Amino acid sequence: MKAVISVTGKDNVGIIAGVSAICADKGANILDITQSVLSEYFAMIMLADIDGLTIPFSEFVDLLERYGESRALQIHTMHEDIFNTMHHI
Amino acid sequence: MLNTADILETINMIRQENLDIRTITMGISLFDCVSEDENRLCEKIYDKITKKAEYLVRTGENIEKEYGVPIVNKRVSVTPVSLIGGAHGKDAYIRIARTLDRAADTLGINFIGGFSALVDKGFTDSATQLIAAIPEALSSTGKVCSSVNVATTKAGINMDAIRLMGRTIKETAYLTRDNDSLGCAKLVVFANVPQDNPFMAGAFHGVGEPECVINVGVSGPGVVSSAIQRAGDCDLSALADVIKKTAFKITRVGQLVASEAARRLDVPFGIVDLSLAPTPAIGDSVARILENMGLERCGAHGTTAALAMLNDAVKKGGVMASSHVGGLSGAFIPVSEDEGMIDAVANGALTIEKLEAMTAVCSVGLDMIAIPGDTPEAVISGIIADEISIGVANTKTTAVRVIPAYGKKEGDTVSFGGLLGYAPVIRLNPYSPERFISRGGRIPAPIHSLKN
Repeated sequence: MKAVISVTGKDNVGIIAGVSAICADKGANILDITQSVLSEYFAMIMLADIDGLTIPFSEFVDLLERYGESRALQIHTMHEDIFNTMHHI
Repeated sequence: MLNTADILETINMIRQENLDIRTITMGISLFDCVSEDENRLCEKIYDKITKKAEYLVRTGENIEKEYGVPIVNKRVSVTPVSLIGGAHGKDAYIRIARTLDRAADTLGINFIGGFSALVDKGFTDSATQLIAAIPEALSSTGKVCSSVNVATTKAGINMDAIRLMGRTIKETAYLTRDNDSLGCAKLVVFANVPQDNPFMAGAFHGVGEPECVINVGVSGPGVVSSAIQRAGDCDLSALADVIKKTAFKITRVGQLVASEAARRLDVPFGIVDLSLAPTPAIGDSVARILENMGLERCGAHGTTAALAMLNDAVKKGGVMASSHVGGLSGAFIPVSEDEGMIDAVANGALTIEKLEAMTAVCSVGLDMIAIPGDTPEAVISGIIADEISIGVANTKTTAVRVIPAYGKKEGDTVSFGGLLGYAPVIRLNPYSPERFISRGGRIPAPIHSLKN
């Protein structure tokens, strides 16, 4: 099972490092990252394999969201199927 | 492979444009609860509902978390209660309503539907007793919803039932007078009622349904509205395409949630209801879609045409996105639950006559409309008869959910709270249909050739 982690907010040092550290710590294997910065606005989309998660997925979602709040970022973690069903026939 | 624009579009729909799943409704058959012993009947109803739907709320919350899409309501619908309480009288029906309410509290759901009777051709004794119990049942419970089907295209219109419902609505309004006659917000009168509707207050678990089933109602007026805004000054063919594509995406989410909920609860998937269900929140309004299509105000001349096109495009887009479609499927136009409708009524742009015309081309009917508290029973029956006739003549579902708000007059505001919203009391035609309504009897089923 794969999850899409989207991170948006004001750019600052260590965003990717912070999110990746949580993924590594909880057993989420990062498969792909797209990231851009548009006039100080940071946007990253990460695809991660979550089969090896060491905590329940819902806790992982909350953990990333709380981390985002602590750094003034918006982090949404969602099952990839919602994107697949909506955009692929 | 997913692309970034698609991912951002989905996130934007959910976070900015209020895309949500309006309801996961579990339909539960109560036929095996029938008993001659009133206590036993209530006990079996409570046990069956709380057992079958034990994990409904938790499963809904888990899906919400995993997929990141809000699931606003988790609800239960049951077999029309008049079909299982035939051995008992009015007082037993009131007890059953309280039992349903208690089960809803235990489950943590916000509404339970099915305190219903089907009287399109005539009354069984059981249906008569249930209808007599409605005012007290709705005033002494918080979560029970009631509906009565008074007509079908095949059977015609039961005018005795319509006369009776005029009185029942007034009594319910009186008994819940301390809460702006809130009881009437939980009572719907139908023509051609669907058997698999997941939306309240009209949901019940039809007789042809399986033992237990999961039906899902989607939403997303805000998403359609934004898509229309982005489309700019295109012509209506292009606009219909934009609506179709958006409806497809919305419905796909509904299909995903429905099949996932059905799988996890080990219950068959029933239908997805292709609906545009508004809320009183800003940016979640069907009226604003119509205005974005180019009307100065919802209710202006042209509103019916715009709504007809919107409704049709939503169905065309949605139908391919789901394996089974059903329920009410279409754009809803409840006044108190739609910020733009409330505004249009308050401004005098939208009248009850225009709302009636709009219901001829969309789902569902005259919905959540506050009318003066002193409206005579016969006038309420007249409103019902008009609306039901539209459904019967056009072979579609129509319904009436009006609230004669006790002590309120035209121009006052009535507030129901939460998703039920608030509404200005609308102006009614002052002339009386009394003699017509008091004739009673049945309006014969309409002919379906010689169409004009």
